[in-house]
Amino acid sequence: MTAGVKADIRVRGPWTLALERLRNDKAGKVAALVICALVLLALLAPLFSRLTGHGPAEQFLDIGLSPEGVPTGPSRRFLLGTDGLGRDLLVRIVYGTRVSLLVGLLASGTAVLVGTVVGIAAGWYGGVVDRILSRAMDVFLALPFLVFALALVAVVGSSLTISVTVIAMFSWASVGRIVRAETLSIREHAYVQAARLLGASHARIMFIEILPNVAATVIVYTTLLIPGAIVAEATLSFLGLSVVPPAPSWGNILSDAMAYYRVAWWFIFFPGAALVVSTLAFNILGDSVRDALDPKLDHDSGAAHEATP
Amino acid sequence: MTGRISRDGAKSDVLVSIEHVVKEFKVRSARLFARTKDIVHAVSDVTLDIRRGETLALVGETGCGKSTLARCVVRLHDLTSGRIIFDGQDISSASERAMRPVRRRMQMIFQDPYGSLNPRRRVGSIIGDPFEIHDLARGDERIRQVRHLMELVGLNPEHLNRFPGDFSGGQRQRVGIARALALRPDLMVCDEPVSALDVSIQAQILNLLGDLQEELGLTYLFISHDLSVVRHVSDRVAVMYLGTVVEVAPVHALYTHPRHPYTNALLSAMPIRAAERAGDRTEVILAGDPPSPMDPPSGCRFHPRCPRAQARCAIETPVLTRRLHDASEHVTACHFPLADGESLVSEAPAMALS
Amino acid sequence: MIRFAVRRLAWSLAVVWFVATSVFAIYFAVPRDVARLVAGSRASEQTLMLVRKRLGLDQPVRVQYVQFLMRLAHGDLGQSFQTQEAVTTIVARDLPVTTSLALGASVLWLVIGVGAGTIAATRRRSRSDRAINTVAMAFYSMPTFLVGQLLLFFLFYQLYVAGYELFPPGSYVPFTESPLQWARFLILPWASIALVSAATYSRLTRGAMLDVLHEDYIRTARSKGISEHRVTIYHALRSALTPVVSQFGIDVGSLMGGAIVTEVVFGLPGLGREAVQAIANQDLPIIMGITILSAALVVAANLVVDVLQAVMDPRVRLE
Repeated sequence: MTAGVKADIRVRGPWTLALERLRNDKAGKVAALVICALVLLALLAPLFSRLTGHGPAEQFLDIGLSPEGVPTGPSRRFLLGTDGLGRDLLVRIVYGTRVSLLVGLLASGTAVLVGTVVGIAAGWYGGVVDRILSRAMDVFLALPFLVFALALVAVVGSSLTISVTVIAMFSWASVGRIVRAETLSIREHAYVQAARLLGASHARIMFIEILPNVAATVIVYTTLLIPGAIVAEATLSFLGLSVVPPAPSWGNILSDAMAYYRVAWWFIFFPGAALVVSTLAFNILGDSVRDALDPKLDHDSGAAHEATP
Repeated sequence: MTGRISRDGAKSDVLVSIEHVVKEFKVRSARLFARTKDIVHAVSDVTLDIRRGETLALVGETGCGKSTLARCVVRLHDLTSGRIIFDGQDISSASERAMRPVRRRMQMIFQDPYGSLNPRRRVGSIIGDPFEIHDLARGDERIRQVRHLMELVGLNPEHLNRFPGDFSGGQRQRVGIARALALRPDLMVCDEPVSALDVSIQAQILNLLGDLQEELGLTYLFISHDLSVVRHVSDRVAVMYLGTVVEVAPVHALYTHPRHPYTNALLSAMPIRAAERAGDRTEVILAGDPPSPMDPPSGCRFHPRCPRAQARCAIETPVLTRRLHDASEHVTACHFPLADGESLVSEAPAMALS
Repeated sequence: MIRFAVRRLAWSLAVVWFVATSVFAIYFAVPRDVARLVAGSRASEQTLMLVRKRLGLDQPVRVQYVQFLMRLAHGDLGQSFQTQEAVTTIVARDLPVTTSLALGASVLWLVIGVGAGTIAATRRRSRSDRAINTVAMAFYSMPTFLVGQLLLFFLFYQLYVAGYELFPPGSYVPFTESPLQWARFLILPWASIALVSAATYSRLTRGAMLDVLHEDYIRTARSKGISEHRVTIYHALRSALTPVVSQFGIDVGSLMGGAIVTEVVFGLPGLGREAVQAIANQDLPIIMGITILSAALVVAANLVVDVLQAVMDPRVRLE
């Protein structure tokens, strides 16, 4: 006698279901497209340079600045205008995309990796290990990020690497806490007991039983960390703590813009728009991913809202 | 207690020897100034033998400690004190590494078919776990073994790539059974394996378990709160109350002449299918407060709810031993056991807890 | 309760100690020649030796560390390399500015955030809800400094050009001198910090309220005939506030960051701007002092929030 699987229901795994939900999310799709466009821009930055004939650090003090020495607005020559040193703003903004995406992805990726490992270990081992790791997480959550970035850069000097490091250092703890909480509830499930009973090693249980079940949360968190990292990098470079000029980054362009905001609206508007658009796109995508992976939390769906105990 | 414990390693008829096992849990009190002794006495001094090839049922209400005891037997919990001897080997405080070879010989099926399988893993992978963990078979050989196991438990081997969510409750239990059988264990602990299933499916799973026992020579420790299920599958039954064993008997003897008042109460509450007996059944309703494992009564733990209790019961804890004229197999822990045919009708407890 | 507070206090002190030690480590253990940093690259060997002596750099690290901690315990944060002024004096001068900024901003963001979230929750799926949601999304995608720059452009400059100099940047008037002027110069800075956070809080409040509004005890209240208004304000909001307070504790740290950046954008003479300038001048004692102090302030604020939470919700005390 062979017991049959529910015959007339199409068989789909939990990931397939999530992908389907994503596919139906219009806002999410637009956001994803925007992000792809940004990635393209970042990759093709040198192309922009070649097409316009302007390098990102090339100063056009004669044609780029007005007779009073003030940046010129959008024109045929400089599509988005120039900055205080007559540099092509379009090219600089496109090159800035590289910095933002690189730092955003690297820093979040590192933070998520560290946070997940620490969170699962703390949740699974419990006891002393948990207490130490939790304390570490508490410390990093309590401390102000920017102040420390300042302190660090003062000694070590600013660079892209420092940027990534500092942002990762202050992001991993929130991931760790969430992952730890999830691990604590997952470890009570019978299938984890079954694995122990089979003689599975700790590493195997953490990696094969627990990790796939926190993966959904981790993915959501990654997409939400990225915009935070981008904003953090922009803030750091605004204060001169990230990439070294003349390398462009949206933050340091905006910092240069401070002196000219009364006379050069494009100087603030265009890099600002780039920042907002990228961050918004990641935020929207993050929301979509979260809704796709955990529809119970959706407060806006047409389905009746149930208070899950 | 019958059954020898082999000291020279030779095969005896006792597979698992549970000796004076105690398991306590410390509880974090929600009060600010907690009493230092907030301890849950889940299992209090249980001694029991599980014989090779038999099905020993462990019954009792929720909270009596049967699941905890079962988990102690397979070392999912550490023992507070006492010993577990598995086939001559003392595994009470063995390290995880020492336990590894033993783990292959004892497995468990869980109560909740929905929680016992990792929802994010495919069923074939779940069943194949034991082979991977103990490096017994790889690649194609493993797949072959997995398919064989699936057939053995009555599942379609073509479905090994499906996720647990695609299976019904009964099918999931079969997956759990397949996983447990992979290593060809000697002992299978079945923790309420059919309690969460529909009645019609229960029979199927119980039959499967019976067939497998015959085919593979398994020994079962069968835990249940449902006496009607237990009757048909067990050889012997042990009744637990609040962390202690109050009666152990071969199944027929337990159902026809139970000795302990608690057993009597449990049996009387059983739904009776045979119409002819329904007429002369009176249900014994236990009065008195349900006790707490954090503060168990002194002496015989059942005395506050027992219609037969007397002063002695509160002072002297009764020992599990033969009573009246029972065979040596039938032991009871009661000072005033019930005689044949005797049954307690609804009475107030003789000694309520003050 | 007291046990809880004491435990948290001990933990806070431990964190501050950890910060101080880390700061010491990076500043004294990492750079190979602090003296050169202070005296400048062209200083003579003699000057360097004097500087080393003055800073106590010729002594072993352990001794330096102990001295550092002792000075810290006495409230001595060292002296500025540039001006020789005691760092504590500098900090005392800057602190009121930063504090005004932080307090005003947090009040503003809580009011706006919780208010907007409540409106959105009670008018779910209406146009107001969608509008609030979109605006919130846009704002929390922006860095604080950008909001500041935009506010500067639209609410200062455009108005200025039109003849109304309402909110000029760059000055600070102490509250004790003139509350009105104090607020006037701080409104735009407050708004730039508050708007971004308010966005997060409005979403948070909305979510929490939606959860609560569907709970059984709310239905009971409604069926008892209590007006919708009361239901919302008294019952639902009270429960929804717990995650808000909890989140606030976490966000106190980012207040510091927001303040720093806003002071730079608006030219306010607070701790943030001081620190940024100190980096340009390589004035290490100021940076060290501000770092340790900020950490202490943030930790103290966390402590207060935690104790408040424990008062509101006894379960917290068990942690």
